[in-house]
Amino acid sequence: MSRAFRLLPIILLVWVLLAFAWRLIQPPDPTVRSQLVNREVPQFVLQPLVDGVPGLTSADLATGEPRLLNLFGSWCVPCIGEAPVLEDLQRRGVKIDGIAIRDTASGVSAFLRRHGNPYARVGSDPNSNVQLALGSAGVPETFVVDGKGVIRRQYVGPISSSDVSKIIVELKELR
Amino acid sequence: MIAEAGLAALWLAAALSLLGLFLSVVHVRGKLDADRAVRSLAIVQGVLCLLAFAMLLVAFANTDLSVALVAENSHSAKPLIYKIAGAWGNHEGSMLLWVTVLGLSGTALAAFSRQLPSRTLIAALGAQAALALGFHAFLLFASNPFARLDPPAPQGRGLNPLLQDPGLAFHPPTLYLGYVGLSVAFSLAVGAMLAGDVDRKLARAMRPWVLGAWIFLTLGITAGSYWAYYELGWGGWWFWDPVENASLMPWLASTALLHSVAVLAARNALKAWTMMLAVIAFSMSMVGTFLVRSGILTSVHAFAVDPTRGAFILILLGLYVTAAFLLFAVRAATLREGAPFDPVSREAAIVVNNLLLTVILGIVFIGTLYPLMAEAVSGEKISVGAPYFNAVAGPLAILLGILLAVGPLLSWRQEKRPVLRKLALPALFAATALVIAFLALPQATVLAKLGLALAAGLIPAAVLPLIGRNPLRTPLAVWGMAIAHLGAGVAVAGMAADSAFTVEKLTASRPGETVSVGPWLVRFESVAPVAGPNWTAVEAELRASRGGGVQILRPQSRFFTSPPTETNEAAIKTLLNGQLYTVLGQADAEGRWQLRLWWKPLVTLIWFGGVLVGLGGLLAFVGHARRAWRRRALI
Repeated sequence: MSRAFRLLPIILLVWVLLAFAWRLIQPPDPTVRSQLVNREVPQFVLQPLVDGVPGLTSADLATGEPRLLNLFGSWCVPCIGEAPVLEDLQRRGVKIDGIAIRDTASGVSAFLRRHGNPYARVGSDPNSNVQLALGSAGVPETFVVDGKGVIRRQYVGPISSSDVSKIIVELKELR
Repeated sequence: MIAEAGLAALWLAAALSLLGLFLSVVHVRGKLDADRAVRSLAIVQGVLCLLAFAMLLVAFANTDLSVALVAENSHSAKPLIYKIAGAWGNHEGSMLLWVTVLGLSGTALAAFSRQLPSRTLIAALGAQAALALGFHAFLLFASNPFARLDPPAPQGRGLNPLLQDPGLAFHPPTLYLGYVGLSVAFSLAVGAMLAGDVDRKLARAMRPWVLGAWIFLTLGITAGSYWAYYELGWGGWWFWDPVENASLMPWLASTALLHSVAVLAARNALKAWTMMLAVIAFSMSMVGTFLVRSGILTSVHAFAVDPTRGAFILILLGLYVTAAFLLFAVRAATLREGAPFDPVSREAAIVVNNLLLTVILGIVFIGTLYPLMAEAVSGEKISVGAPYFNAVAGPLAILLGILLAVGPLLSWRQEKRPVLRKLALPALFAATALVIAFLALPQATVLAKLGLALAAGLIPAAVLPLIGRNPLRTPLAVWGMAIAHLGAGVAVAGMAADSAFTVEKLTASRPGETVSVGPWLVRFESVAPVAGPNWTAVEAELRASRGGGVQILRPQSRFFTSPPTETNEAAIKTLLNGQLYTVLGQADAEGRWQLRLWWKPLVTLIWFGGVLVGLGGLLAFVGHARRAWRRRALI
């Protein structure tokens, strides 16, 4: 029954209380950071899906110019809402490549006809293999890729018009 | 009017606890004999809390939408039982329930613990009043359940559909009775350390509270585990979720306390250790309440998060626990240790039991808080899950199980008889089971194999203390101990069997197809829409057969209307040798439905064992109460 034994609980307690207080002051940030940020895009070769729009390989993402990589599907309703924002970005000179997830040629060409085509290239990922390799769980998701093919940011869910200026600044800084 | 009456009762109760605290300090310092006044105040204070809680129940039963809490959490279309259960299915209501149980514990302590010296009892009532005062302040200033809404809401905002379940009606109140029942053990320990009277009388007065709280915790955890099992539709019975751990930690501490208080009552030994455990047990209850109510840890139990409330509980927690530990640090050295004992004796076995339980408690505590600590130090986000807990706590739990077979056979003070010979048969069973498990179950984890062997030995060993005794003359407490230990063995058997034998199948099937899972052939007959009072659902009909008998199961995918939410209602068929567990998921574009099927042999033993443990506790409780009653009748 030494003094250390008697004081140990209090020392532990104070430490735990401090940790609790710290956490109360700094509430947890619920966003999950992508593990792939600052890593190179995984190697892939995706076939074209629509006439006139070339397919996409990972080499196309390392051409020296920063760009966006957008995962979408013609069957995805939020992607329709995102389409005008992507068009706006393209009009302002942002290069965008697309990956159509689990999609068909007729579906994608109808989608691009109806909602506009902001994409320089569209690759087909019929079994979500590349999507999973990118650490993406759903559509739409958008990756900011720098000129060397390294992922710099992941947007989960549709990007909105309020993100446009931020993305443009981001891409300019990566140049 | 109802809400105002409830609020008035709360304010009055707060004022009475302040007065009670003041008078008990005066009494303990010997300035004035306030014994009767403090007792009466404690009794009235508890009754006022009960009154306030009853007012809240009335407001919920009538769906009084001018009360903000009712408008937030209820709905006129809900069945009456869930309207009433909704009263404690939210932050403010559950804290009022907490305070009510705390107040009623004070009432019972004042009314029934007459064998204690006056100074100890009044100091304990003072500690209880101090606890009540803090939590009253929390209710009145940071979470008023009776706040009005002006103008009244046109309709309530419903209740989380996951919580519209009979489990909810009983699970939180049961756990709270356990959590808060430990407050009395805490107050008695504080009172005894203040008055300097830590002896067998104190242990006898403390034991029913520890035992009672422990029974409720055991049953509450068992019920909560079963609720998560059938309501979440994930097929698991324990997820090492922070909120689950918050209920497990007080249970571990109170299990240790239950055993050490028995040593203190019987042998007048382990004084300082028992006081320490009593403080830790209730501290763990408060830590649990803090973790759940502040929302600082991410959990599947997503309750409303409010940093001011968290800060309030944190201050209360810090104040009470620091004060108690300081008191312990000052007084522990003055507690003279009682009767000595041999390294081979029941006391020694209980000391090892206490050490193991405390280490497991530490492991769960560290695992639960580690993500928080790691983020505080390195900013890195990590999560601690089943692999850590199972790997670290599992082997210790196995050791604890072996000790549980041996300990009850040892005699107090010193063991001279060759008791280990009695354990030959259980040890043979365990060894046989271990060999069979290693030969026949290559896919099971080592822990599951050890668990099966342990259960095979523990179940017969648990009843050994009853063998050779006249069943009618055996004290109820001994029966209770044997049944509780048997229940632990049965629960271990269920856990190990679930881990070793469960077969899982996930398919996408069309109606008319047949899927096999374990020994069962499950034919997917049809899907059809069905409707309930406040939900609509798609219901599948599954025809499961195994040899002769056919079982029909109807899992549902439910859509609740207010608020719009989707849940899976698992269909579970319980048979003597296990459960068939089926979940209906989404349909895909081609008309196939996700079906998730499990065959879980012997899984029900987990909860059956839990109930047995609780029943054993209840028998011991009755046994001790009867003896105390007779002793008092003699005097």
